[in-house]
Amino acid sequence: MAQMTMIQAITDALRTELKNNENVLVFGEDVAKNGGVFRATEGLYNEFGEDRVFDTPLAESGIGGLALGLALQEYRPVMEIQFFGFVFEAMDAIASQMARIRYRSGGVYQAPVTIRAPFGGGVKTPELHADNLEGLFYECPGLKVVIPSNPYDAKGLLISSIRDNDPVLFLEHMKLYRSFREEVPEQDYTVELGKAKVAKEGKDISIITYGAMVRTSLKAADLLKAEGIDAEVIDLRTISPLDTETITKSVQKTGRAVVVQEAQKQAGIAAHVIAEINDRALLYLEAPVGRVTSPDTVFPFAAAEDVWLPNEKDIVEKVKAIIHF
Amino acid sequence: MPAKNLQHIEDNFEMLQILDKEGKVVNDPAMPELSDGELKELMRRMVYTRIWDQRALSLNRQGRLGFYAPVAGQEASMLASEFAMEKEDWLLPSYRDIPQLVWHGYPLYQAFLYSRGHFEGGRIPKDVHAVMPQIIIAAQCTQTAGIALGLKKRGRKNVAFSYFGDGATSQGDFYEGLNFAGVYKAPAVFICQNNRFAISVPVEKQTAAGTLAQKAVAAGIKGIQVDGMDPLAVYAAAKMARERAIQGEGPTLIETLTYRYGPHTMAGDDPTRYRTKELTSEWEQRDPLIRFRNFLQSLGLWSQEDEEQTVNQAKEDVAQALKKADQVQKQKVSDLLSIMYEHPTQNLQEQLEEYKKKEGI
Repeated sequence: MAQMTMIQAITDALRTELKNNENVLVFGEDVAKNGGVFRATEGLYNEFGEDRVFDTPLAESGIGGLALGLALQEYRPVMEIQFFGFVFEAMDAIASQMARIRYRSGGVYQAPVTIRAPFGGGVKTPELHADNLEGLFYECPGLKVVIPSNPYDAKGLLISSIRDNDPVLFLEHMKLYRSFREEVPEQDYTVELGKAKVAKEGKDISIITYGAMVRTSLKAADLLKAEGIDAEVIDLRTISPLDTETITKSVQKTGRAVVVQEAQKQAGIAAHVIAEINDRALLYLEAPVGRVTSPDTVFPFAAAEDVWLPNEKDIVEKVKAIIHF
Repeated sequence: MPAKNLQHIEDNFEMLQILDKEGKVVNDPAMPELSDGELKELMRRMVYTRIWDQRALSLNRQGRLGFYAPVAGQEASMLASEFAMEKEDWLLPSYRDIPQLVWHGYPLYQAFLYSRGHFEGGRIPKDVHAVMPQIIIAAQCTQTAGIALGLKKRGRKNVAFSYFGDGATSQGDFYEGLNFAGVYKAPAVFICQNNRFAISVPVEKQTAAGTLAQKAVAAGIKGIQVDGMDPLAVYAAAKMARERAIQGEGPTLIETLTYRYGPHTMAGDDPTRYRTKELTSEWEQRDPLIRFRNFLQSLGLWSQEDEEQTVNQAKEDVAQALKKADQVQKQKVSDLLSIMYEHPTQNLQEQLEEYKKKEGI
């Protein structure tokens, strides 16, 4: 076992799959000699050569179309969108083309494409670099959306994404890239897509979250413990498809829930999670389901970010309000 | 100086023509090598497709077909270029390019199912190297770059042929596709059928460029403009582009100057709102079938009997294909729910159960 940051775990997953399967190709803007602007592809160009790891012209839609074309030649493309805020340029390629090809071909063709993109707040980027746009892709049938919260899951989920025969959007929270290390096995292993994890067990309330907010929610759970509240924390890991079984089981046990996301209230997937709870566990609820989100502005300029982003105190307050409802 | 340079560029995009509108050879040195049998086969395909197109319009009016984009007028652009393809080459058509798909091996009854919006229409047979017709204008251009790069990486001596119209050249994806394919020297042939109108908007309002072929210059690839009503010119250009591609010389953009006689689609488009009758009849006089028929008759290669046989065959094949399309099982929502992912997700599994019950499965 080695101690790895999340970005190292991601590079390790890419290396593992480049080695395992000669059909895996890694490409995007600056991913070759430069190793990616975050160094996620560091060393891969030297190790595997330009045939497997290559730069593209600076055009996200072109990258998406290229990936789908390569997939139709039975490659397994791992394409990088340099920052998730640039994804609108590739929206047609992802949502209308890749996500639909199995359906449009009556199941004949498939697009085993992995779309990697850094996203998320707290690192003071210029505008249009940090946006939480995952909710848009939750609403695209045919696509899967994966958001790891730690290095171990990042490696296992990325390997699963590359091996998956459907297109997977793999979102890497920038704040998590180098914020902590943990034990990550050096051999290959997978973490199943579509399965949430109980990050901390508890009996009083379910905090349902994903991405960087998992760490924040675990900190909140610690603070709540001191006040005698035993919170369960669910890390969704895959937001599309949602693991409704794990969510339902937890809410049925605790009878209370707060959904936490970094995305704005009108964005993300909190509203969808609440709708699932209403469908599946309404009569188990002792109180309305709470929501902790950022407010409905455009992702804020760097100087306003600290106030805008939800923090552990916001979560503690919301949990207490739901407990004492 | 800048104006002079532009003039220089446009001077390099003179239209390639081999047969004039009467079917006389006006450019013998450019004449492609085609056997008598191949010349006849190309004529047969054009006549057959014209008949099939006429049948499709009437079936659409009777409510027996759905979405359909007429092709009459564009037979040379479509079929003479596809004629340069090998069986293992990849075809990326737009919604109007059904004839190329059919002559590349896609069964006619599936074309009818596609028109009706039945998912069997999208099931391209395993031995047919083609993608389903593209609806999003120019999206096939970037995918063409990917398929062509894949063919190159696999070391195959095959080419990706991409079809789109004049309107597509205004899209970013058109340029991105050409540019990516150019950078990777990918074996791609981009065929822009310039039929002068993107639904109603004339090509003069798509671009200030004098030709669409010259758009290849910015991508650093070869561009050529041909008379799209002249099957021999279209074939010669496509053949040359294919040769260049497999020899590693990179992609080519071919602009074919053509015209669709009918409406944009059969869904209520009225061309009299944006085109004059005079313009249409001017183009009808350049008809690819008339000139090729004259040419072949001058060589003694096409008889009245050939014509009649082809027409009858086309009518019979359409009737058979329609019959086969009618026999295909009714489309079910549960079929669609099963093919969203390789394995249905939790929520799809629940909805699948629900729709199986609804649909009595």
